[in-house]
Amino acid sequence: MSTVLKTININKYFYDPEKFHVLKNISIELKNGEFVSIMGKSGCGKSTLLYILSTMDTQYEGTLILDHENMSLLNNTNLAKIRNEKIGFIFQFHYLLPEFTVLKNVMLPALKLGRQSEEIIKKSAFEKLEMLGVASQANKKAYKISGGQKQRVSIARALINNPKIIMADEPTGNLDSKNADNVFNILRALSLEQKMSLLVVTHDLDFAKKTDRIIKMGDGIIL
Amino acid sequence: MRNFGLILDIATTHLTSKIKQTIIAALGVMFGIGTYIIMMGFMTGLNQLLDGLILNRTPHIQIYNKTDPTQIQPIQRHQDFKFNWHHIHSIKPKSRLARIHDALPLLKDLKENKKVKGATPQTTCKVFYIAGANNLNGIINGIEVSEEMRLFNFKDYIVKGDPNSLRKRKNSILLGAGIAKKLSLSVGDKLQVLGTNGVSHPLNIGGIFQSGLAEIDDAQSYVNLKMAQQLLGVGSNYITRIHVKLHNIEHALGLSKTIENIFEVKALDINTANAQFDTGSYIRTLISYTVSITLLIVAGFGIYNILNMLIYEKMDDIAILKATGFSGNDILLIFIIQALIIGLFGGIFGLILGYSISIVIDNIPFITEALPTIKTYPINYDPFFYITGISFALICTFLAGFLPALKARKIDPVEIIRGK
Repeated sequence: MSTVLKTININKYFYDPEKFHVLKNISIELKNGEFVSIMGKSGCGKSTLLYILSTMDTQYEGTLILDHENMSLLNNTNLAKIRNEKIGFIFQFHYLLPEFTVLKNVMLPALKLGRQSEEIIKKSAFEKLEMLGVASQANKKAYKISGGQKQRVSIARALINNPKIIMADEPTGNLDSKNADNVFNILRALSLEQKMSLLVVTHDLDFAKKTDRIIKMGDGIIL
Repeated sequence: MRNFGLILDIATTHLTSKIKQTIIAALGVMFGIGTYIIMMGFMTGLNQLLDGLILNRTPHIQIYNKTDPTQIQPIQRHQDFKFNWHHIHSIKPKSRLARIHDALPLLKDLKENKKVKGATPQTTCKVFYIAGANNLNGIINGIEVSEEMRLFNFKDYIVKGDPNSLRKRKNSILLGAGIAKKLSLSVGDKLQVLGTNGVSHPLNIGGIFQSGLAEIDDAQSYVNLKMAQQLLGVGSNYITRIHVKLHNIEHALGLSKTIENIFEVKALDINTANAQFDTGSYIRTLISYTVSITLLIVAGFGIYNILNMLIYEKMDDIAILKATGFSGNDILLIFIIQALIIGLFGGIFGLILGYSISIVIDNIPFITEALPTIKTYPINYDPFFYITGISFALICTFLAGFLPALKARKIDPVEIIRGK
């Protein structure tokens, strides 16, 4: 099995209010099709690590390799392209564009990528919404749907460009247990059926236990 | 640009979702541009009117005889006294005829000059106007009326009667409105004119002349050139002034100097004669620009403020867009487009507002004794103002949008996503 994501000795410091070594020599590896969770207490650096892995945070030392390409060498515009093409994101707080329709929210990353015509993108966005059971909400404005529905829409958005890897930051952290289970099952199914690689940051032990592998973190190191 | 349609879509969605703020920002621009158009149209309309009043009537070059004292006095030429101190007091100009020496050759020479649109001779004489028991002193100008009409819009100032009566009948006179009022005369009446040589001539009033300047209307009248020469009892080469109109007013100074160098005359160009007038126009234009630019700057701050607020409200959107693959430059473009859309719509409606109010002003009656040809307030509809107006709107909104847009480009999505 080939490697989709790899880090070599990543170090990160916070300088405000004073210098703080938040990540210490982090070297992890994620195989293609793996469903991995990162666990740890609040403040252990797991979210910080995820933002570095997601290429949004570029203030670090060390090497990040995504899909056999060294991210540390790319500039911000190229990193934006990588995020668009190869990474799907799911956030704790849903983060949809409230004034756009649900369908448009899902379509946006694909429209940005611009590989397919708008018609085809619309069709595949609708398919993703259908798969996640929120197709009936497609033409509503994003601020009008419920929290659980929003999270499913954001999963559909993460999938739209068929990314190499999906990264999620506490995807169930803001949901009730029923919706949380629902989201977990969707992710599990993506991993099993579509061989999607998933990296999920969580502090929910039940959730983590059900994933393929748990990376435990504490005080900036891998335990 | 490949993504331009998408960027435009996002920009317009933001604007339409905050339609009230967008309209308020656009209204700011609209009033700025509208005021600019009104101010410029009205101010330059007024300037043109006043310029026209002077320029149409005033010759570009006036030629008359020199009356200043001789520059080099005889004693200065004398070799014996070259190194002596000259004590001669009360030097006076020598007696000269009022007529221009060699006026006819000069006139012919001017008419052949390619820069000259036309040149008209005038003979001025001092007279008494006599009607019944009253008499008034004044001035009569002998003119070639058809040339005066062609070159100096003379017809505009004839408020009653017909200027061509001067050509049809030799003893016809175009009487100044002030004189006509004082002597209670009208078109068709007769009056006597007494020349300085004591000979009186009966004249028929062919028309009433009103320039709008009381000191002229109270004293001056016009007759045929031949009639004026007859009043003075002189020959047809007796000409006291020559008025020159040029194709291009810029040549006035140069040509007047050339004429002075070649002929023994004084040639006064219009810029020297009306220097204070240019200053007036210049200051009026300056005021219009200052007020308009101030209004636009205020509108610009409004846009700056509203875009800043919009960016603050759209932090989450910016973070998501960046996280899902939109680059900083895409974000920059979104907000600049928003500023430009506000500028474009505000600008277009500003032009419409300015044009509409200009039309209203243009139809307000403005009747004044001083300006017999003007019936409504003057407005200048020069397209140049409309082009500058919309350019101003776009440049100002671009600048107002650029700083907030730069800020949006720099927003770090991690900070926003963590910050929740």
